[in-house]
Amino acid sequence: MDYHWNWAILWAPSPDGNGTYFDMLMDGLKWTIATSVCAWLVALVFGSLVGVARTLPFKWLARLGDAYVELFRNIPLLVQLFLWFFVIPEMLPHDWGTFVKQLRYGPFLTAVVGIGFYMSSRVAMQVSAGINTLPRGQRMAGTAIGLTTAQTYRYILLPMAYRIMLPPLTSEFLNTIKNSSVALTIGLMELTGSARAMQEFSFQVFEAFTAATVIYLLLNAVVTIGMRMLERRVSVPGFNAGK
Amino acid sequence: MSVFSDFDFNIIARSLPYLFREGMTFTLTLTAIATIGGVLLGTLIAMARLSSLPVLPALAASYVNVMRALPLVLVIFLFYFLMPYIGQWILQADRPIQVGALSSTIITFTLFEAAYFSEIMRAGIQSIPRGQVAAGYAIGLTYSQMMRYVVLPQAFRNMLPVIFTQMIVLFQDTSLVYVLSITDFLGAASKVGQRDGRLTEMYLFAAAVYFIISLTASMLVKRLQARIAIAR
Amino acid sequence: MPMISIRNVNKWYGTHFQALKDCTTSVEPGEVVVVCGPSGSGKSTLIKTINALEPIQGGEIVVDRVEVTSPKTNLPKLRARVGMVFQHFELFPHLRITDNLCLGQQKVLGRSREEAMEKAMRLLDRVGLKDHAEKYPGQLSGGQQQRVAIARALVMDPVCMLFDEPTSALDPEMINEVLDVMVELAKEGMTMMVVTHEMGFARKVAHRVIFMDAGEIVEDAPTEDFFAHPRSERARLFLSKILQH
Repeated sequence: MDYHWNWAILWAPSPDGNGTYFDMLMDGLKWTIATSVCAWLVALVFGSLVGVARTLPFKWLARLGDAYVELFRNIPLLVQLFLWFFVIPEMLPHDWGTFVKQLRYGPFLTAVVGIGFYMSSRVAMQVSAGINTLPRGQRMAGTAIGLTTAQTYRYILLPMAYRIMLPPLTSEFLNTIKNSSVALTIGLMELTGSARAMQEFSFQVFEAFTAATVIYLLLNAVVTIGMRMLERRVSVPGFNAGK
Repeated sequence: MSVFSDFDFNIIARSLPYLFREGMTFTLTLTAIATIGGVLLGTLIAMARLSSLPVLPALAASYVNVMRALPLVLVIFLFYFLMPYIGQWILQADRPIQVGALSSTIITFTLFEAAYFSEIMRAGIQSIPRGQVAAGYAIGLTYSQMMRYVVLPQAFRNMLPVIFTQMIVLFQDTSLVYVLSITDFLGAASKVGQRDGRLTEMYLFAAAVYFIISLTASMLVKRLQARIAIAR
Repeated sequence: MPMISIRNVNKWYGTHFQALKDCTTSVEPGEVVVVCGPSGSGKSTLIKTINALEPIQGGEIVVDRVEVTSPKTNLPKLRARVGMVFQHFELFPHLRITDNLCLGQQKVLGRSREEAMEKAMRLLDRVGLKDHAEKYPGQLSGGQQQRVAIARALVMDPVCMLFDEPTSALDPEMINEVLDVMVELAKEGMTMMVVTHEMGFARKVAHRVIFMDAGEIVEDAPTEDFFAHPRSERARLFLSKILQH
């Protein structure tokens, strides 16, 4: 291949004046992590609420939960980000819209909300599925010793369901990290965006993207190992969650 | 109703031919070709992964794991810049060759989605009872015949709903070609919106179209799933 | 005043399938009643209506003077006083044996941890499983799990106990360890309603046997009468099948 490799470019100063290109990528990594973690919290909270709602014995609530899931699942993430970023501020009352548009961390906050709600529909599906795979008798046994519905969920169904869900939730968290790259379209300088900027400034296309690739692979490995450790810590002797 | 009072719905009507004839055609073409290519390549990767040959399974596994660890946006950029050099190398040309946006994205999406489809096909192949393989050999089939006539048809059939579900994901993912300023459906909507200062209308309309298509498709998949469940 | 009284209970699944047809019976304090019948006869459904795990569409159920079917009844409170043992044990797999026994005491009865633990250990001792207190359910055999499940019901100081086929998911060699605990309980005067096919158990401790078929109570007789001369053809047929071996 007729390409002039120059790895030293990573240590050359970047035109943004904040250190080297490597520092630029590291800044990107920080934004990727911050965005993914915050969006994941949003996804977990809303996804759990909606996921539980879909398993409760009220038809209308389950329907509402289904509608929520379908709404956020069937519109591409990029389009959802554009809706949050460009459209929602226009639809708010004028003063609010101006306030939202002038927020200092606008792209970051938009990404957290947008990716968070997008992922929450996936979390909700996992939560409902996790609860539904538990034997029906578990719910009955909780009820039979006099627990209320809320207590049955709190002490019996959810602790088991979350253990069963841990592997799929891990991959949803990894998806959240990957999805955070979509936020470069609304101006968030996360890792992919930083690599893209480095490529544009330095013309060293492959160093930029190779470095980003390696960082993503490392991030992926760290999260996977971390979650495996968590899985082992919360595993219940004699109970195989894989069954 | 003040919010919608200065909405210009005409803009949508006027740009419909452009949005669909240019944009949606690109989106659907990319979706269809990448799905077919992804399933074919994915099946080969899955077979490589399950084979008992040396090196091949590890190679296939690394390919799948690396692809699945990377964001599609990054892969789109990387391949977009990489492809001219690979073309040069294959054609032994003097300089990097020009690769068109459509071919570039088709190759990118096929290679990327193949990693996901290979996982689906692997699950499908593994879901076939070992007795089927034994029975295939017992009537004298070779490995490839046994795969071709016994295992793969059943695996493919069992996995059809999952393949379609992945295809819906792929359909939504094609919107990411926006980062290369390509005129897919979203790109077309975005261009019209920017030209006329009507982003609100165009993005809302785009969201509605994606929603209706994806929802309809996923409801069809659910029906298919029910039918397959009964047939078993 | 009967401990459990069931009057004209009707239950449908959907609009077509009637699971219980006009069932009426009662259980006196200290009485042991065995419910038997072919599978699908509605016996499990009937016993689950007593603590309102299965809703009914018609009739009336009263347990210890509390009307189960009244919308005003505090169901968690009532259920806490009715012990139930399930076919598949339904221990909570993520909790240690002690925590399985303490959960209801602490969360429903509001007992302190110490009080609950003391009670739990006493009952574990009684079912012969004190040594396993710190294990998880998945580490015990089926028979041991079912004995824990009985203890879990007893720690709540129930006024009566319901058993829903407590031995039918067990390997044959484990059935007796569970039946022994139940016989012991019956001798102490616990009011019990037991869905089971263990006719030996019925002969030994039951005061009455109820035979159900197709959602109806076909026969309701003192134990000796039931085994000596069952009145209905259906009960005779059932007995001949089950006692053949």
